[in-house]
Amino acid sequence: MKLIIAIIQPHRLEQVKEQLYKAEVNLITVNEVLGHGRQKGIDEVYRGFKETGNLMRKIRLEIAVNDNFVEPTVNAIMKGAQSGETGDGKIFVLPLESCVRIRTGERGWAAIG
Amino acid sequence: MATFAADSATTLQPGIQTAGVPAPKIDAGDTSWVLISAALVMLMTPGLAFFYGGLVKRKNILGILMQCFIILAALSIQWVLFGYSLAFAPGKGFWGGFGWFGLNGVGLEPYADYSATIPHQAFMIFQAMFAIITPALIIGAFAERMKFSAFLIFTLLWATFVYDPIAHWVWGVGGWLKNLGALDFAGGTVVHVNAGIAALVTAIVIGRRNCYDKYSSPPHNLPFSVLGAALLWFGWFGFNAGSALGANGLAANAFVVTNTSAAAAALSWAFLDWKFNGKPTLLGTVSGAVAGLVAITPAAGFVGVGASIAIGVLVSVFCFIAVVFVKRIFGYDDSLDAFGIHGIGGIWGALATGLFATKSINPAGADGFFFGNPRQLWVQLLAVVVTIVYTFITTYIIYKVVDKFIGIRVTGKEEAMGLDLTQHNERAYTMLE
Repeated sequence: MKLIIAIIQPHRLEQVKEQLYKAEVNLITVNEVLGHGRQKGIDEVYRGFKETGNLMRKIRLEIAVNDNFVEPTVNAIMKGAQSGETGDGKIFVLPLESCVRIRTGERGWAAIG
Repeated sequence: MATFAADSATTLQPGIQTAGVPAPKIDAGDTSWVLISAALVMLMTPGLAFFYGGLVKRKNILGILMQCFIILAALSIQWVLFGYSLAFAPGKGFWGGFGWFGLNGVGLEPYADYSATIPHQAFMIFQAMFAIITPALIIGAFAERMKFSAFLIFTLLWATFVYDPIAHWVWGVGGWLKNLGALDFAGGTVVHVNAGIAALVTAIVIGRRNCYDKYSSPPHNLPFSVLGAALLWFGWFGFNAGSALGANGLAANAFVVTNTSAAAAALSWAFLDWKFNGKPTLLGTVSGAVAGLVAITPAAGFVGVGASIAIGVLVSVFCFIAVVFVKRIFGYDDSLDAFGIHGIGGIWGALATGLFATKSINPAGADGFFFGNPRQLWVQLLAVVVTIVYTFITTYIIYKVVDKFIGIRVTGKEEAMGLDLTQHNERAYTMLE
């Protein structure tokens, strides 16, 4: 079991979702986050006061998958989120120790799907 | 404005001095009502900003608010410098000319051909608010993708070469549509058909938003849109009842039919939503109210309350079809339905005036189709067709000229980041604190 965390551009969310559904990954959690990597933020100016290096809005996806779904999920996110420009984001794949479905009490791989 | 069907403004009510009589007298009630109405109409443009602003993605709301607010500023200046002169100075030509440049000759005494009982400058500033909101209506068509600098130039050119001439033809002394007998009480043709057609043209030539091809673009703040629609409804009393240009019975009639039509149209759209989309939606209901206000605008001084219910119920049917079905079939991205509501609603209102107008409401007006005068419908249709053709062509030319010199559309990257940050270096909402 793996936990996939992806940081993507907000306007790519719809495309990523569409690719995930195509790959039959239907269970995702979406967060709105702030951050920046290599992409430079845009300066903001309020009554002459400049705020530099601002954090950009990003979308963070969390998807728990069984091992055979790791590659399809990563590929789907890549397909939906890649524009080739800085700021496209990152995908992290983490080991996942356990998973419990609250409704049934199932554990492990059965609880994920 | 209420009076352009008549030979001069003074035939509206008995007791008002005619144009030839010297020193017309200023009426305190009329003057205060028109000044208050001007303030009411002024509030409509920020109201429109919130109506539109709530409908866009939240990275673009400042862009919308800024476009509306800068129009309020820029066209206020354009109007007192030369806009009012082009639209309203006497003349039989393409527009009124520069005779009243810088309000030269537009003083504090009444100008009887427009309004015999209020200061000329009161009439001028009331008209200014119409000249301001009309180009602001078009914003809905190209929302979320126009460069701010290009927008400013486009808007100033459009106001000067489209709004000012058409206002002159319909309302100005010597205007040829006015002399033809076309009825437009408060601006159905000049404001709504005009802005609606310009909206359709710009939506088509600027192209669809990048997000729009496959995905819907849900409103980011519907409560803002409801607030904006409520401000529009409120301000519209000045728009329509103020167009009587006096504190009189005609103003009361316009007030009543305006409210009634908005109400009928709001109900009508809510039930259409209920039937075709499963649930009555808030956005549909307030869109219906705005459509009802649009449709009653040309008719407000010529029709009774029964007709206003019919006009309101039917405008929602037509606009619903345009927004829900026609737009989808043809695939143009009239993002906030400026054409679907103002264009379609304005055309219906202008034609409905030709159907339902009656001299029993306004002796200075005319009878419509249902009151034994089918010719009026043809005059109305002619005024609409002329406006559509002229606006369509001129808007297209202005767009292409501005696009050639500075480029109208933002880059794909700017569109993705949003107009707030890329055009104004600001954002509307912070996430942390």
